[in-house]
Amino acid sequence: MTICLGIEGTAHTIGVGIIKSDKGRCQVLSNVIKGYHPEKGGIHPREAANHHATYVADVLSDSIKKAGVVFSAVDLISFSQGPGLGPCLRTVATAARALSLKLKKPLLGVNHCVAHLEIGRGTIPECIDPVLLYVSGANTQVIGFAEGKYRVFGETLDIGLGNCLDKFGRSLDLEFPAGPKIEELAKKSKTYVKLPYSIKGMDIAFSGLLTAAMQEKKQGTSVEDICFSIQETAFAALTEVTERAMAHTEKKEVLLGGGVACNMRLRSMVETMAKARGARFFVPSRNLCVDNGAMIAWLGLLMYESGIRMTIEDSMINQRFRTDMVQVAWR
Amino acid sequence: MNPNKILYLGAEAEIKTSVYLGLSAVEKRRIRKSYRIPEIDHMLISARTKEESKLIMEARIQGVAVPIIYDVDVENGIITMEYIDGHRIKDIIHRLTEKERKRICEKIGDGIARLHNNDIIHGDITTSNMILVDDTIYFIDFGLGCKDSEIEAKGVDLHVLMEAFSSTHSLYPQCFDYVLDGYKKRFQGDADVICKKIEEIVRRGRYRT
Ligand SMILES: Nc1ncnc2c1ncn2[C@@H]1O[C@H](COP(=O)(O)OP(=O)(O)O)[C@@H](O)[C@H]1O
Ligand SMILES: [Mg+2]
Repeated sequence: MTICLGIEGTAHTIGVGIIKSDKGRCQVLSNVIKGYHPEKGGIHPREAANHHATYVADVLSDSIKKAGVVFSAVDLISFSQGPGLGPCLRTVATAARALSLKLKKPLLGVNHCVAHLEIGRGTIPECIDPVLLYVSGANTQVIGFAEGKYRVFGETLDIGLGNCLDKFGRSLDLEFPAGPKIEELAKKSKTYVKLPYSIKGMDIAFSGLLTAAMQEKKQGTSVEDICFSIQETAFAALTEVTERAMAHTEKKEVLLGGGVACNMRLRSMVETMAKARGARFFVPSRNLCVDNGAMIAWLGLLMYESGIRMTIEDSMINQRFRTDMVQVAWR
Repeated sequence: MNPNKILYLGAEAEIKTSVYLGLSAVEKRRIRKSYRIPEIDHMLISARTKEESKLIMEARIQGVAVPIIYDVDVENGIITMEYIDGHRIKDIIHRLTEKERKRICEKIGDGIARLHNNDIIHGDITTSNMILVDDTIYFIDFGLGCKDSEIEAKGVDLHVLMEAFSSTHSLYPQCFDYVLDGYKKRFQGDADVICKKIEEIVRRGRYRT
């Protein structure tokens, strides 16, 4: 039996998860998450990194306590190597290296985006070969396994949808992250105001949508109507791109991941699309959808068990760690 | 040809064989999607039907091989067009020799350049959307296309094909370079600027921080 401890810290969340493998399934022992919420404005990389440095020790001991294990029982340390914000990644990598040296346990850096997909496969028994729609603050990608690699079939050409929602939220003086509040406001309207719907092939753009939404607000359009329309437009575009990727790869499963995957309207759209195609729809539990350490731990374990090893030198962070750069030895 | 046979059922549209004034034709009908609200559904279906038929007609005028448009029903999202009796590039690319592949890809580049010379952006240049008949490459499926003179739009258009090659045909890494060779020969603007743009899109899209 192997127990793996994973540390996540690509953006505004620091998280430590502890998992073990049970007949090839992921069993989460603990998954402690702490988010950095800037008081004003967007996420500042330096400040987020300071936040992570301040809390990593607490989150770590909390996670160990909740898992009911002792440090010496941990067999492997993994951490989010990228993609993400440089200062955050460096903070977390440093913590992971220190822990690995102290416990004399092997260290593995893992790809954050692939972790979002693997945690779905690891914790949902019927989820075997999905297309992942991964929507978070900075990332919006449609990922699937093809020809021995995880490939990005579509993604945002400009900003992540989460960031787009947060930016619009800020113009309304909503708290960060604005997604949940926008979801609430959207429920109060059924009036669609036309906003730009932008798809290029399997890629999406959101900046035009954001600009137009801000414009509507200036012109006095009801906030509820705009929120409703942003969601309907952006989510329909995401669902369309996901469906295209499923058709293209002939996959019969779709998995949601990322913070925006908590949105019930997005879930229902993707689920409706899946049903109409005779495909299955999956979404991990909330704590495994958002950025979290358990998914980092699980991917670390998969990699370790497939024979992948890293030296300290290999564990350099990579802000632009692309999904298709990952060597997939476990599938 | 047997009329009203479903040739293809895609994510977005259904293609049926049909006959138009005695000519063999296909009907492309866009499928309503219940996941999106009717306002968006209707807007997308009618706009794409209208835009697609318009772009195909214009491409034809500019000397690009495309199906002849016979009839357009914007309200119901149906385009009736010439049946192109050939093979999709996607299905034959692996059967070609490297030399043939090079020639075909250069022709693809030539066709894209002709479109771009007239500011026609295809919007979904993949190997499923090109049909080879004898020695001619027909472009179909302009459903996500538009008119745009910007370098950005042309770069993105080519980037879609680059992605299609690297995801679906990653065994043939040179294909996209051949396409660019053909493109450069035909493109009337500065093709190097477009190539730079593609590099920028790769950096910003797939390598974003
Ligand atoms: N004019 C045509 N002649 C022959 N086959 C066609 C024609 N138009 C479409 N098809 C076939 O139907 C498929 C789907 O058509 P397309 O217009 O690309 O729809 P979609 O938007 O769903 O991809 C094509 O890949 C091709 O095999
Ligand atoms: Mg097509």
